[in-house]
This record gives sequence, structure tokens and C-alpha cells, in this order.
Amino acid sequence: MGFYIVQFLTGLASASALFLVASGLSIIFGVTRIVNFAHGAFYMLGAYVAFTLTERLSGAFGFWGGIVLAALAVAIIGVLVEMLLLRRIYSSPELFQLLATFGLTLMVEDLVVLIWGPDDLLGRRAPGFRGAVEMFGQNVPSYDLFMIVLGPVVLGILWLLFHRTRWGILVRAATQDRDMVAALGVNQKWLFTSVFGAGVFLAALGGALQIPRDAVHHALDLRIIVEVFVVVVIGGLGSITGAFVAAVLVAELNAFGILVFPKISIILVFLVMAVVLIVRPWGLFGKPEAAARKTPGLSVRPWQPLSQNERIAFAVGVVLAALLPLIAGNYALAVGAEIAIFVIFAASLHFLMSVGGLASFGHAAYFGLGAYGVAFLAKIAGLPMIVCLALGPLLGLFGAAIFGFFAIQLSGVYFAMLTLAFAQIVWSIAFQWVPVTGGDNGILSIWPETWAAGPARFYWLSLAVAVAVVGLLRVIVFSPFGYALRGTRDSLLRSESIGIDAKRIQWTAFVIAGTAAGIGGSLFAYLKGSVFPDNIGIGLSVDALVMVLLGGVETVSGAVVGAIVFKALSIWLVSQTDWSKLILGGVIVLIVVAFPKGIVGMIETWRARSDAPSSKSAALAASQPEGAE
Amino acid sequence: MSEAPRLLFVEGLNKSYGGVHAVRNVSFSVAPGEILALIGPNGAGKTTCFNMLNGQTPADSGRVVLRGQDISGKQPREVWRLGVGRTFQITATYSSMTVRENVQVALISFQSKLFSMLNATQRFANDEADRLLGLVGMEGYAARPCGELAYGDLKRLELAIALANDPKLLLMDEPTAGMAPRERVELMRLTAQIAREKEIGVLFTEHDMDVVFEHADRIIVLNRGAIISEGSPDQVRNDPQVKAVYLGDGLVFGHAEAHA
Repeated sequence: MGFYIVQFLTGLASASALFLVASGLSIIFGVTRIVNFAHGAFYMLGAYVAFTLTERLSGAFGFWGGIVLAALAVAIIGVLVEMLLLRRIYSSPELFQLLATFGLTLMVEDLVVLIWGPDDLLGRRAPGFRGAVEMFGQNVPSYDLFMIVLGPVVLGILWLLFHRTRWGILVRAATQDRDMVAALGVNQKWLFTSVFGAGVFLAALGGALQIPRDAVHHALDLRIIVEVFVVVVIGGLGSITGAFVAAVLVAELNAFGILVFPKISIILVFLVMAVVLIVRPWGLFGKPEAAARKTPGLSVRPWQPLSQNERIAFAVGVVLAALLPLIAGNYALAVGAEIAIFVIFAASLHFLMSVGGLASFGHAAYFGLGAYGVAFLAKIAGLPMIVCLALGPLLGLFGAAIFGFFAIQLSGVYFAMLTLAFAQIVWSIAFQWVPVTGGDNGILSIWPETWAAGPARFYWLSLAVAVAVVGLLRVIVFSPFGYALRGTRDSLLRSESIGIDAKRIQWTAFVIAGTAAGIGGSLFAYLKGSVFPDNIGIGLSVDALVMVLLGGVETVSGAVVGAIVFKALSIWLVSQTDWSKLILGGVIVLIVVAFPKGIVGMIETWRARSDAPSSKSAALAASQPEGAE
Repeated sequence: MSEAPRLLFVEGLNKSYGGVHAVRNVSFSVAPGEILALIGPNGAGKTTCFNMLNGQTPADSGRVVLRGQDISGKQPREVWRLGVGRTFQITATYSSMTVRENVQVALISFQSKLFSMLNATQRFANDEADRLLGLVGMEGYAARPCGELAYGDLKRLELAIALANDPKLLLMDEPTAGMAPRERVELMRLTAQIAREKEIGVLFTEHDMDVVFEHADRIIVLNRGAIISEGSPDQVRNDPQVKAVYLGDGLVFGHAEAHA
């Protein structure tokens, strides 16, 4: 009995840190409507800065002062980020805001390694809370007890702040209706900035307070952000009470889940999240979100199937690509095959995101499932390659069918967070279920059979599959189904009022996109000869998003162009520098702020502009006889 | 109520939001080919009524019967499949598509081809789409991006979309709002003509009293969620209760618009 109580107390202690970070995210979202992906990065920065300060400053005051100073310092960084970056993208689509803040996260990950080095850092114990207290025959670290008390205290302070101060009342008003607050003469700019600073302070404080409990390392950011996303999805974005309740719930599920399913404890959290989403899609304390923002100014003109000339150009491109083995060496062909595979991956995400308006932040899950599918079939069942390639993607299909069913119940930022959490769950299973997946060691030596072996043959195989998948997706985009899907993106209200079951359409699209990603993944397993949990990682999901974004979200062929450019660039970059994340993050931020239309979008805009005068009169002239017929 | 066969029969609809009774105990019916106007000042409960008819908003109590079938509690898409077309107060169209494609999607849905993935939409029911656009006088706009249309044209496009499933009943929420005066008259004349020809019942809300009194066969006046008057335009025009409660002074009727 005592053991369970102590386990419960440990859970509560973790819940406090989780609550600090989640409440910060919630406050920021409530007012600015931005889901701050960089929140995990600020948490990590808080921990690193606190580590340095507590090492330098001595004594009890040095420790506690260092913690608070660290949180303040990071909050100032947050304020600068808000003023320099976020102010430019408040009216952008959610996807861009998520991506920009993710770009920041990437940059911070490399920056902390640059400054503090790649090794884990062990911080000081907290003065006054070094020992343990004996309770129920077990030792409970006294610092845990401190954390347990801290959580509710912070909740109380926040409550007072929001109900007893002018600033707090403005924040609550802005959470309900920020346009109204602006109309009443409140300076929105500084309200947003101060709220962002306060949210970042909470995140950094959460990170700083963790140093006596946990080592500081440069992967803390993604670990915490996924947990925090789960917390706010369960509790409801924008609700501090919700963040508190959900943080306790999630932390306790983790604490006891380890006892029930030691290997895959995260499953328990997932099940609870699924139940909450079915019963209350906007979380326990959340409110339904307004419709997602459209992407004004990004669309160029209505999508059209390829014209005759474009078809010829496309065919010539494919033929030229097929001739590559005549001139290129083995390394270039391996790169070429990888690019072809990522074209498939990006096109599958494009289908879901650009056509369906569902920006998945966890699309790598289905890519990785396809790869593991092949690995299981080839290594465990020992099936021939062609069968593995045909059946491997089915694992992606099943995964997409299950997760997609829950994900499409939501939209906008909730959809993004949920897909990310699902991908992280698949990753954890691959990582933790060692007997089946090999864990971190992956599954090795999955080599192609002779007919596809060798760089040239495998390159041709990848190219052929890529052309087939991209072609098929394109056909679907312009099919009745594709239009119905685009309709659910443009106007749900209209779709429902002309008899379209939007959820079924979106679910089907999710399954199609997941299966296509799985096809890419199964080729990838043969290309690399192995599969690892990294094939499911957040990094890969974001690569896909960046490919689509780089090519142009609002274009049909953007994904293909984006994948080719991005993959070629990133392979080159990794070979040139150790700080590829820093550069990649910078590139993402730059695209979002300066080139939101992407490569293809810009080309189309130029084309539209150059033939605008003639096309307008042509359209007018054409409309006359058409009307007369 | 009337001898004419009923197309739509509404009985005892109620809806409250918190302490506000948006709609209370509303009952009426619509006959095939009949044009019925639902009027009342802002906040009278017109749009709430509409949303309950096609399932957009669930009613607290009451029944909606369409051609003998109880449709209360059905989803909007199910109601549409039973032959109810709808246009919106604030237009809802597919802004990334052309005008013709907007109509085509409705036809795709009507012909149950939503999951057809290997055919080209470009070749799907073009003639039918153009015929519907012709009905509302938009044949010249077929290839235009929907996002470029003026508001009045969007309203006409919505009418074409609403006609795509060969409806038995049209629900039009403020069909002429945002249109120029001449366009208003034309659109309603067109609607009336289509309704008479195809025996479609039309239920519409409207703020423009010229439009209402010229085109409606019958008028229902709502105030604070309840029906306060019902009858032919002449009856309603002369109803002292309507004058007192709704208009304040009867002079507004007939000439000017009531900017309620």
C-alpha cells in the first residue's frame, strides 16, 4: 500500500512541472491563438541557464535566485522572439505559426549544444531539500514534496493574477474576444508581448526547477512538448484549470502505467486521451474553436489539371530522371533514390494538408510503419521482396485508419497536436518494445533482391514507384473525391448542407495519405537496409511539412518540387556542416516570414502576373460566346 | 390548417440558449409551390428556426415533418438527401474552385459519386452544371474563380447549388441581402418562377419588405421567438399587432425598406 502512495506522490511531483509548462502554453494560446511549439525549447533553455547560474552562484540564495533569474532571462529571450518574429505572423495560418516556432526549436537544439556541449549535465541538489522523508516505510525525496506543494501554489498565484489585477482581467478579456479588447483601446501589441513573456517564464521556470530531479540534455524539448501537447489536448487549450487537472491525470497515468505495462506505458495515456476526445473533443475544460483561418493571399488561381504542354514537360522530366544512371555514380544514384522516396512522402502529406486542409505534424508515423511493415515481413516472415513491398504499406494503412479516426474528429491546431502525439506514441512503441522492434538498435539487413539490387536498379524502382504514386494522387486530387475533400477544407458548412459526410471523406483521405506514406517508408527500408525508430521521429514529420511548404502549400505540384529541392539541399548541408538543425530552423523561419507561397506558388504568381492583362480580356471575350450558347 | 397537401409541417419548435428563448412553440406548414416568408426584427429567431429545420441546430422540442417523414434530429446532410436545399445568410461557397466546380460538387454529391477517385471532375456533369448556372443567369461566369465573385453573384451561385439536388423545399436565409435593388427583384422573380414550375416550396427570411410583399404568397411574423401573425401579405399588412409590435408605425410598409 505504502508503495502505491509513494508512487502517487512521485506522480504529483512530475505533474507540477508539467503543469507549469502546460499553463504557459495555454495562456499564450488563449490570447495570441498561437500554439507555441518552441515552448519545449524555452523549457530546455530554462534548465540549461539555471544549470549555469546555480553552478556560478553559491549558497541557498544562489540556488533559488539562480532558478528565478534563469526563468526571467529566458522570458526576456521569449519577449524578443515575440517582437521580432511572432508579430509578423499573427495573421498567418496556424500551420505557419506552428512551423515558425518549430524552426526556433530546431535552432535552439543546436545552439544549446554549441554553448553547453552534447553531454548530459547533472545539476545541484536544492539547498534545504537534499534528503528524503520516510513515509509509509518508503523514502520520498523531500524535493518531490516541495514540487507537490508548488503546483497548487502556482495555480493559486495565477488565479489571483487573472482575477485581481488589471493585466489579468485584460488577458481574460482578450482570451474571450481579442477584437473587442482592441476596439476598447487596449494596446494589443504589448498585451500580446507581456502574455508571451509570462508564458515563456512559466515554461523556463518549469525547466529550471527540474534540474535537481533530472539531468539536463538537448533532447528535453521534444520530450516535454509532446507530454504538454497531450496535457492541453486533454485539459483543453486556453484553460489553466484544465492544464492542472490534465497534468495530474497524465503524470499519474505515467507513474502507474509503468507498473501495469512496463514496456509501453504510454499506451495508457493514449487510451485516456482517445476517450476524452470522443466524449469532449475540445478537452475537459476547453471550448470549441472557431473555424481555422484560411490562407489569404496564398492561393494563386483555381487548380487545374496539367495542360498538354505541362504533361509533355512532366514526361520529359521523368525520362531525363530515368537516364540519370547513364551519367551518375553510385552515391548520386543513392541520393536520387532517396529523393524519389521523399517525393512520395511529401506528396502524401500534400494530399492530406493542401487538398484536405489537415496539417498533420506526425505524418512520419505512417512512413515509419510502412518501413517496419517491410522489416517484419522480410525478417520475421521471410517473404520475397515484391510481397513485402506490396504488403508493408498496409501497416501504414492500419495505423492511419486507427489514428486518423480520432484525429479527424478535430481540426486546426488540435489536429496538428493530436497527430504529433500519435506519431510520438508509435515512436515510443518502436523504441520501447525491444523484443519485437529491436528498440534503438532497429532491425538490420533488409536488402533488396537481385532484381532490385544495385544503385541503378533500385533508383529505377524508386523512380517508377514515385511516378506512379504521385500520378495516382494527382488523379485523385482532380477526381470527384478530390473535389469533395477540397470542399470540406474550403467550407464545412457548405459541404454538410449539400449532403457530404465530411468526416468520412477526411478519414478516407487520411488513410490514403497514410498508405502512400507507407509505400515511401517501405522503399526507404530497402534503401537503407534497416529501420530505426528515427524513421518515425518528429524530425521526419517536420521535414515533410517543410517540403510541402517550400514547394508551396496552395499549389498542386509544390510537394514534388519542394521535396526535390529540400532533400538535395539537406543532404548537401549535412555533408557540409555539423549545425544543420540551426540552418534548417533558420530556413524554415525565413520561408514562413518572407516566402509563404513557396517556390511553385511564386512561379505561378509570376506567370499569372505576366499574362494578366491578356488573360483578363481573353476571359471576358471567352465568356461572351459561352453565355450565348 | 389548409386544404393544400403539406410539403413541410413544423409543430411546436422550441429552442433556448441559456435563459434566452430564441424560438418558442413555433408551428407552421409549407405547401408545394408555395412561397412563404418568415419575417421579424433582428433577434426574432428567424435564423434559429431555419437552422432547426435542416438540422444545423438541434431543437429542444418539437417536430419537423417533410413529406410525411419526421426529420427532427437528422443531420443537415441527411435532410439535404431528402430534398431540402439551402442558401445561407452569409454565403458559404468553395472559394478555391471555379463557379462551375462549385455546382459540380453538389451534383457529385447528389449522384452519390463522392468516393469516385479515378474519374476526372472536369468531365463530370458539365452540361447539368451549366444548365443550373443558366437558370440563375450565371452561364457567363462558369470558369471564373469563385473567390472573385461579387456578393450578389455569390448569392445567385448559392441558389444554383441549392437547386442541384432537385429539391422539394428551398430554405433561403436572407437571399437578397447585399444585392443591388434591381438584382433583388430579379433573383426573387427567378426563384418564384422556378418554385411554381417545379412545385418547390420556398421558405425565406428577408429584411427587405418590398421583396417580401411582392413575392411571398404567405407571411409569418416572428417576434421574440414566437409567431405573432400569419397570413396573406394583405392580412399581415393590416394586422394591428404587427404594426404595433414589429413596425411601430404602419407607414414603413409598402414603400421603404425596414432597416430592422
